[in-house]
Parts: sequence; C-alpha cells; structure tokens
Amino acid sequence: MPVLETDKGPVWRRRTTRASLVTWFCYLIGVAIVVYCWELVSERTIWFFVQDAGVQAVDMATRMSPPKWSYMEVLWQPVWDTINIATLGTGIALVFAVPIAFLAAHNTTPHPSVRAFALLIIVSSRSINSLIWALMLVSIIGPGVFAGVIAIALRSIGFCAKLLYESIEEIDTKQVEAITATGAARSQQLSYGIFPQIMPSFAGISVFRWDINIRESTVLGLVGAGGIGIQLDASISTLAWTQVSVILLVILATVLVSEWVSAKIRAAII
Amino acid sequence: MTDLSEKTSYPSSWKKPPLIKRAWLRYLLWFGAAIYLSLAFGTMEVNWDRVAEGIPRGQKFLAAFFPPDFSSRWDSILDGMLESIWMAVIATVAGIALSVPVGLGAARNLAPLPVYLVCRSIVAISRTFPEIILAIFAVKLFGFGPFAGFLALSIATVGFFAKLLAEDIENMDPVQAEAIRSTGASWLQWINYAVQPQVMPRMIGLSMYRLDINFRESAVVGIVGGGGIGATLLTSFDRYEFDSAAAILIVIIVIVMGLEYLSGYLRKWVQ
Repeated sequence: MPVLETDKGPVWRRRTTRASLVTWFCYLIGVAIVVYCWELVSERTIWFFVQDAGVQAVDMATRMSPPKWSYMEVLWQPVWDTINIATLGTGIALVFAVPIAFLAAHNTTPHPSVRAFALLIIVSSRSINSLIWALMLVSIIGPGVFAGVIAIALRSIGFCAKLLYESIEEIDTKQVEAITATGAARSQQLSYGIFPQIMPSFAGISVFRWDINIRESTVLGLVGAGGIGIQLDASISTLAWTQVSVILLVILATVLVSEWVSAKIRAAII
Repeated sequence: MTDLSEKTSYPSSWKKPPLIKRAWLRYLLWFGAAIYLSLAFGTMEVNWDRVAEGIPRGQKFLAAFFPPDFSSRWDSILDGMLESIWMAVIATVAGIALSVPVGLGAARNLAPLPVYLVCRSIVAISRTFPEIILAIFAVKLFGFGPFAGFLALSIATVGFFAKLLAEDIENMDPVQAEAIRSTGASWLQWINYAVQPQVMPRMIGLSMYRLDINFRESAVVGIVGGGGIGATLLTSFDRYEFDSAAAILIVIIVIVMGLEYLSGYLRKWVQ
C-alpha cells in the first residue's frame, strides 16, 4: 500500500511517487497532443464565421419554425423507403456475413490464408462509410433505393461478420467435441454444435445493426441513394427550412421507434 | 418398484428444438416476414435496365480504380489525412470531456430524476442524428473547414460516450461505492474513488474505439464541407480521378487497421 511518510506518521495515498509521476507524464503528453491538434485546426478556421454563429443559429431557428406539417404527405413514401433500405440491406449483409464469419474465426477457418483474406474483407467493408459506398454505387447502378440497399449491405457485412466471428471464437468447445464424438460430419458439427451456441448473439447482432442502419439510411439520399435524405437534401438546397424541420422531426421519430423496437426484441432474446 | 419393461420403444430419432418455442408465434413471424418482403420488393422499383447498363460501366469504373495512384495527389492526400486525424483527436477529447458530466447525470443511481431526464434527452437527441446531418448544420452555422467537422463529431461523441458511461455506472458494484461513502467522503471524492476506478478500464477502451469511429466519420463530414479527407475524396470523385480515390480509400483502410490494432493493444495493457 503506497503511503506518504509525514511527521505525524504514514498517510494513505492512492499511488506511489513513481506511479503518480508516470501518470502525470502520460497526462502531459496527452494534453500536449491535444493542444497541438487544436492549434492546427484553429489555423484553418475562419473565426469570423464562428463568432457569427449565434446570430446564424437564431436566424435559422426562426426560419425553421413553425414546421410545415402539410409536407408530411410527401414524406410517407421516403420513410417507407428508408426502412426498406435498412431492413433489406441488413438481410443481404447477414447472408454474406455468416460464411465470412466462419472463414474468419480461427476455430472454424479451413486455412490461415483464408482467414487473412476474410479479415481483409471485414476490415475494408468496415472502414468505408456507407455514404462512400453509396457514392460509388450511385455511379455504377444508378440513383435510387437499390443503390442504398447495396451500400448498407456492403457496409454491414464487415460489422456483422466481425461481431459474429468473435462470438464463434468464444463458443464452448466441449459441446462441439461432444457432437464430434457421436461421429457427426463437419456440416453436422456446424449445425448442431456451433449454430445453437451463436444463435442468440446472431439475433442480437442483426437487430443491433438494423437499428444502426435505420440511422445511416436516413442520410444516404444526400448522394442520391434513396430514402428520406433525398427530401432533406432538396429542402436544404431550396432553402425550404420549414420542410427541413419536419424532416428532422420525422427522422428523430423513426430512429426513436426503431431503437425502442430493437431494445424490445433484444430483451425478448436475452 | 416400477415396471421397466413397460417402456420398450424409445424414439430413434431426435429433432433440434426450434429457436422460438411457441409454434403460432413462429408461423406468424414467417408469415409477417413474407408479406413484408413482398411489399418491400414491390415498392422498390429496381430499374434493371439501368442496372444491366451499369454493370459494364461499373467494370470500367472499377478498372479505373486500379492501379491506385498515390503519387500525383500525394500532397493533398497527406494534408487531408492529417487534418482528419487532428479533427478526430480533438473531437474525441472534447466529446469525452463534455460527455463525462452528461454521463454522470444520465446514471439513475447518481442523479436525481430531473437531472436524469435532461441528460437522457441530450443523449437521445445527439445519438439520433447521424454525424453527417450534424455536420451539415455545423457547416451552415460555423462556416466551412475542420472546425465544423470537429463540432459535429464532438456532439456525436457525446451521445455515444455518455450513454455507455451512464450504463456502466448504473451497472457498477454498489458495495464499493457504499464503502467509500461510509468513510464520510464528499460527493467529488466519492466519484473519484468509488465510481471512477470501476468504470475507467472500459472507458479507456471505448475512447479508443470512439477515436476509431471519429476518424472513419471524418472521412464523410468532408463531403458536406466539414474538412478532412472527405473533401479530398469528393474532389477526386468529382474530377473522375478514381485512381487517386482508390489511394485515399486504401490509406483510410490502413489507418483504421492501425488504430484497431493499437486500441486492442491498449485495452489489453489497461486490463
């Protein structure tokens, strides 16, 4: 126990002198990095615009209110499209993510080189944002909901496969061994030994990703890939701020509902 | 003694129990899924002619990505990349600094009900809007450049981090908290010695994870004018310099992989 020797006897403290020096040194380096980064960013900021922001915010708030509720009639179709993009995208992603996850988990992969390849797929799909996927897909298959579905799917494959392969690696090997001991073939080992163990986390992951995808699919329209983002982009560029506020409220409501649904489903599974 | 000979025939086959035990619910779910899928595909309007047209174009498009051209735009790639990294770093730090009070307020076992409700709604609102929408408004209010991206990412960080911090505090071990409390510690000492040590290891891991997310998101806030590598990426798409775009994407992937490796290492070291 680290103590500080004083005239009145030892006093308890949290760290030894050495440990607290090391801690302070780490903090110092951290602060130095942050200050340096801040300097570099503030160099490129036009502070006049930042000072102006309060006035701008008040101006924007007055222009955004009251929300133009009659615009809702136009929005039902885009909201439906947004939900479809998220749902179908998640579904397609899961179809691809399951085999990739089995190839990437070190206890089920057929060969280390296959594993490296599967991990590369996972990392590339995860690193590139769905908006960038959508940007590319819109120029390949044209603007619309379909590009959005594929973009969401491509982005989700990595996420789902990563979480899934981690849960495959954490399974209880005894159950698989028991199944193997009955003389089960490799496919039977998978379906009776491994699948039942990862099923709850698989369901949890898919609902979790669906929830994230609802959020992401609301903005895909900014690059033309369908959903409510198209209306948002159009309303912002035509300066129809009363429509923008309706759209933002609709997005808020959609996301809150999807979060509630996914929380309910996850509570039911676990 | 019971008569054992009564039960002579055991079942010779076994069926895996279904995931959902109630049969009517299972069939209802299948039925609902089928109806939903037919409706969803019905309203999707895939223009297959356009897709068919697009596939050879897509091949040309993909061919244009290879080989990735690092050299001709290297200066702007490096510049945008560094800007993204600075932006991600300060956005993570500022976001976490802001989310600590919000997170403490959003934990039901620390905060009184009114504070709890206010903090929870801050979390809900900042979590709802994707980074890019926050960035659009930040750009409108604060002008182009990394400052707007920094603000958007910090707000998004608050939603993410405060929620997880609050959940972690709610799940902490109350025994230790009570022990510190019984020594007559003040509220600040209580937080510092009872709560913080319990949540710290997980929070360090999460902050690294958030840095990773912020870096990835900084690649898209640039598309709406928020600074960083996204602006460079969009420019190269607009100029049809797909080989440079491929180089940018590869650099993003490499940095994300590096960050992931680093955060895994750091998390192991902390625990």
